[in-house]
Amino acid sequence: MQGLLGIKRGMTQVYDDAGHRVAVTVLEAGPCVVTQVKTKECDGYEASQLGFIAQKAHRMTKPMLGHFAKAGADPHRCVAEFTSPDEAKAGDTVTVGMLEGVSYVDIAAKTKGRGFAGVLKRHDMKGGRMTHGGHSKRRPGSIGQCSYPANVAKGKRMPGHMGNVRVTCQNLRVVSIDPEKNLLLVCGAVPGPRGAVVEIRKALKKVGK
Amino acid sequence: MSSPIIDEINRQNLKDDLPEMHIGDTMKVHVRIKEGEKERVQVYAGTLIARDGSSATETITVRRISHGVGVERVFPLHSPYLAKIEIIASTHVRRAKLYYLRDRVGKKTRLREKIR
Repeated sequence: MQGLLGIKRGMTQVYDDAGHRVAVTVLEAGPCVVTQVKTKECDGYEASQLGFIAQKAHRMTKPMLGHFAKAGADPHRCVAEFTSPDEAKAGDTVTVGMLEGVSYVDIAAKTKGRGFAGVLKRHDMKGGRMTHGGHSKRRPGSIGQCSYPANVAKGKRMPGHMGNVRVTCQNLRVVSIDPEKNLLLVCGAVPGPRGAVVEIRKALKKVGK
Repeated sequence: MSSPIIDEINRQNLKDDLPEMHIGDTMKVHVRIKEGEKERVQVYAGTLIARDGSSATETITVRRISHGVGVERVFPLHSPYLAKIEIIASTHVRRAKLYYLRDRVGKKTRLREKIR
């Protein structure tokens, strides 16, 4: 299995072997259940679908209940697909123990929604001056030239909706794994608020590490 | 805000042999210093002027005048580099942060000692 689902629990700091402080994000990863195995013949590609966070049956829709029943798994709130080079069977359990020996992971999640944000927050622009009678305090400033080219360049950074998008953080170092408590500690920050469901994958760009 | 899971992780990193310390205390901080292969302990003495953070992330700020220059060092309380803390004297202070000492020189930096 290439990854699993987890919940972001928050951040703290721990000390590594050298005694250095490391800021870590605590993730409660798994246990997940394989709810469907997609095959090349049937679906056109190979993947395993994982279910995470058990849900009461009466809170699920009937089609979803049928889907879980087919796999012989209990209903789960979240499902996501992961590529799976090794053979996985529907009903199998995936725990954080699968990341044993893995040094780096990629973590994907939905970022916190910021609503309609200005250019300072959204694009890290500098804005105008706050003092000496500044009239362009948090404004974007000029957005182009005059009669030539007489239009605004495509992709011009402007105010707009920020956050609430899926973001992947690549190459986050694994600090420690606790298979008993299903805990995974990664170095640094992870997108999303506390309690967010995140997808944890073995690092794409650090294969074999 | 903390969750039981994070509290549990923090608890594993906490030191239980720290002395009870208060703002204004004069203290000696024993710091482990690595020089190449060798490790030795350096003693840094000064006044505790601030405590920040809580649980595993708590730090202390210790101020001293070294060669006429004010020096402040921030130590993570639960760091393995921090070998020992010795409290030498306690003083009577009315603030949680003694940042006003930064603006004072000479005799005015003295704090009233607590009679124990």
